[in-house]
Amino acid sequence: MIMIFGIPGPLLFGQLLLGLINGAFYAMLSLGLAVIFGMLNIINFAHGALFMMGSFAAWMLLNYVGIGYFPSLILAPLLVGIIGVVLEKLVISRLYKLDHLYGLLLTFGMSLVIEGLFRNGYGSSGLPYRIPDILQGAVNLGFMYMPIYRGWVVVAALVVCLATWAIIEKTSLGATLRAATENAPLVQAFGVNVPRLVTLTFGGGVALAAFAGVLAAPIYSVNPNMGDNFINTVFAVVVIGGMGSIMGSIISGFGLGVIEGLTKVFYPQASATVVFLVMVIILMVKPRGLFGKTA
Amino acid sequence: MRLTRRNALTTVAAAAALPLIRPAYAQSSASKSPTIKIGVLNDQSGPYTNTGGLTSVACTRQALEDFGVSTKGMNVEVISADHQNKPDLAVSIARQWFDRDNVDMLLDVPTSSVALALQSVVREKNKVYLNASAASSALTGEQCSPNFISWNYDTYMLAKSTGGAMVKAGGDTWYFLTADYAFGKQLQADTSALIVKSGGKVLGAAQYPFPGTTDFSSFLVQAQSSGAKVLGLANAGADTVNAIKQSAEFGLNKSMKIAALLMFINDVHALGLETAQGLNLTESFYWDMNDRTRAFTKRVLPKTPNNYPNMDHAGCYSATLHYLKTVVDMGVVEAKKDGVATVNRMKAMPVEDDCFGKSKIREDGRNLVASYLFEVKKPSESKGPWDYYKQVAMTPGDQAFRPLAEGHCSFIKA
Amino acid sequence: MFGFSRTQSIAFVVMVALIVICPYVLYPVFLMRVLCAALFACSFNLMIGYVGLLSFGQAAFFGMGSYVAAWTIKAWHVDASIAIIFGGLTGAVLGLVLGYLAIRRSGIYFAMITLALAQMVYFFCLEAPFTGGEDGIQQVPRGHMFGIIDLNNDMAMYWVTAAVFIGGFLLVHRIIHSPFGQVLKGIRENEPRATSLGYRTDDYKLIAFVLSCTLAGVAGGTKALVFGIATLTDVHYSTSGEVVLTTLLGGLGTVFGPAMGAVVVTSMENYLAQFGAWVTVTQGAIFCVCVLAFRRGIIGELGALFKISL
Repeated sequence: MIMIFGIPGPLLFGQLLLGLINGAFYAMLSLGLAVIFGMLNIINFAHGALFMMGSFAAWMLLNYVGIGYFPSLILAPLLVGIIGVVLEKLVISRLYKLDHLYGLLLTFGMSLVIEGLFRNGYGSSGLPYRIPDILQGAVNLGFMYMPIYRGWVVVAALVVCLATWAIIEKTSLGATLRAATENAPLVQAFGVNVPRLVTLTFGGGVALAAFAGVLAAPIYSVNPNMGDNFINTVFAVVVIGGMGSIMGSIISGFGLGVIEGLTKVFYPQASATVVFLVMVIILMVKPRGLFGKTA
Repeated sequence: MRLTRRNALTTVAAAAALPLIRPAYAQSSASKSPTIKIGVLNDQSGPYTNTGGLTSVACTRQALEDFGVSTKGMNVEVISADHQNKPDLAVSIARQWFDRDNVDMLLDVPTSSVALALQSVVREKNKVYLNASAASSALTGEQCSPNFISWNYDTYMLAKSTGGAMVKAGGDTWYFLTADYAFGKQLQADTSALIVKSGGKVLGAAQYPFPGTTDFSSFLVQAQSSGAKVLGLANAGADTVNAIKQSAEFGLNKSMKIAALLMFINDVHALGLETAQGLNLTESFYWDMNDRTRAFTKRVLPKTPNNYPNMDHAGCYSATLHYLKTVVDMGVVEAKKDGVATVNRMKAMPVEDDCFGKSKIREDGRNLVASYLFEVKKPSESKGPWDYYKQVAMTPGDQAFRPLAEGHCSFIKA
Repeated sequence: MFGFSRTQSIAFVVMVALIVICPYVLYPVFLMRVLCAALFACSFNLMIGYVGLLSFGQAAFFGMGSYVAAWTIKAWHVDASIAIIFGGLTGAVLGLVLGYLAIRRSGIYFAMITLALAQMVYFFCLEAPFTGGEDGIQQVPRGHMFGIIDLNNDMAMYWVTAAVFIGGFLLVHRIIHSPFGQVLKGIRENEPRATSLGYRTDDYKLIAFVLSCTLAGVAGGTKALVFGIATLTDVHYSTSGEVVLTTLLGGLGTVFGPAMGAVVVTSMENYLAQFGAWVTVTQGAIFCVCVLAFRRGIIGELGALFKISL
């Protein structure tokens, strides 16, 4: 057996792959954050809570309406996205002209309320959600036993990430959006309804979080605190990638997943902290993150 | 007590309002016998809400009702608070309860670090501290106190029941998945000692950051490649649920036996039987164990309709009931005066109730209840709501726990 | 002498009077909790309010101060005053090291880098043997102050805590109104201009940061003595978040805001605990309302209402 740093080669390959899978979640969540930050200048601390709502929406659709996993992948983000739009209209839109700090604090307060309400309604132990039948089982890759569902997660995440990137960077809608963040009054003068555009963008970012939530429902416990564990790491990912940079958050999401995966082999206790170490180093070298716009 | 008939939520709100109206209340009741106050301090908004939380409060009130405090002319009040798993907040609330609100007995208190922090406060104020949900066996060992009783389980008992049975059944090589904090490490240490003693071997352990870990796949793959026969989960709550969910996904439940060292019926409910089936776990109470437990559950369920009682909840019930019996036995005034004397009297009196049957409290504050090893039923075997366990083995109370001499409890020698 | 305006002097006298009267009416241990939180918030306010830097890692200094104070008094049986000083020194040294790394960033990047560094401190506290991991350092004796005052008496402990708070409070005020403080404000308003006037702005910011961390360490050390424990909660990022909220609620950059915020936040935590599951919902809702409607914080809004500076 080939040994790499005292670890059997196959095991290391397995860990790299798993890291990549986790990275898929980081990428998707940080993507939503990056979109919201880049376009709205809001640091959305409620992102974890919205991710959780995505999971719960899938569970509710299944248990109250009888709608299965695949339709939920579309419906749950749509529903949570609508809630996001309402939130944006009612409260968040009042903060655009203020310091980042206020947006952060408001969304933090929102996340406390949302999580608290779900805890009161559904308890904290969590709820069961099955892996859909056609994605059950696993394949033996030779070096690792790979659940089909995890493979599906990576593929789905990659597709969504790249699609989002393409929409924002390559379409005319994306161009309008980017223009609106640069100079809203001018874009408005061209007859574009900027506030509506911003609201929809927020809804879109939220929908991305909810989509990740639905993907997470079958493998993580569906409980009100599920977003908490992710949110810190995801913030770090966004900062490392460069705040507001779409491609930056995708790449650093996957990259950090891999780094974290390797830490889990060599020094598991530190696996939650390594992300922050990377962040300090990156910010020392590149103050605006890997792909950040220089101010 | 008029309050006991209301549902759990309004009673908590009412209990909260009590301090405001206390002066008037205290005057009117001053002529009668003094009020016994019970303070339920637990997690009501965090990860242990379902395994403790308001169901614990409901069970405590059930004990008041079953004991018949109103017919006996006693004044007993139950107040409760959320300690948010913060030791300093818990200490602050407990001090206030003792100094200002005249609380006599502190009950429940999950999370080992919080439970340990309160040990010295209760001792300083000489009150009664009955713990029904912190797992650390140090509470009756090196950190023991004459004011303290651990009611329904500890890490040693879990290790012995689950670990011992697994080794006996041929699961002699282990890999641990351990939450990197006091409770997880203690659970791993207690179980490892037992495995080695019974001739088994520990092949490895992954200590993962707690809290903050959601994905266990990497550790599960490491466990799989270690070649161990048993995966020992030294964690609790959502971590256990996640680890089991993901081990099913990675097919570990086919190649290894999974021992959930601390798991409650509420966690099984969260997992669903399809994923949880076949798991071995230990509790000292199961609602469907016999006629008495079923009768208890039937009584308390209207107060907590969506959450069945587990051993922690039953512990709150049983501890309160025994405490009230002791108070009547020694007189309210005496009981309020001296916490150590009350605890000593509790130790001297035999314990009996619907939840745990008969048991005895040892000098070091260890209530010797029997422990039961359960296997989680297959979905096809489950006939009704929360019909989840079948009993595999039973360890009588005098054998379930760490022998007195091995605990090194300091006040025993004195 | 501390640069108080007339109204501020009156407010200060009212505050001191309240500190003196309250322990006879309210529960002293709760009040000590408030005072520690208030000093902690004052330390944070020094950075955000007068230097314009949001530190999201303030818990690292608070928590380490609390660990070191607890450890010195438990292991070395030193005087309580020495333990608190050790807490402050720890904050200062840690502040110097972390501040050196962080100070060249500003805005959200400063917040993020302090958060990241604080997470590493948290990890150190979790793994280092002397902190006792998750259990923390328990059963810390309060000991004696200056060898004579027995702190096991709650009231004695209260007066010491009150003295530490008032000392810290006046120190912050003195710093702000010194020439050094004027330069800090200049930097906050227009950093390039301050640089062009020949000030080494990074040095000024670093000194302010170290001062702020020292006070956080003192607050942590005092808290460890009051409760007899030092635990991971104190270094956790949620504590950093809480101090941000405390200061915001009271009023960023106001003199009395942090203390007011500490009263409100600690009371909420303490009195809402009885409502169990609704605690976080209520807290969250209050923060939302505060951000939307009372952005200047309680003291800031009051000041604006009466057109005075508090």
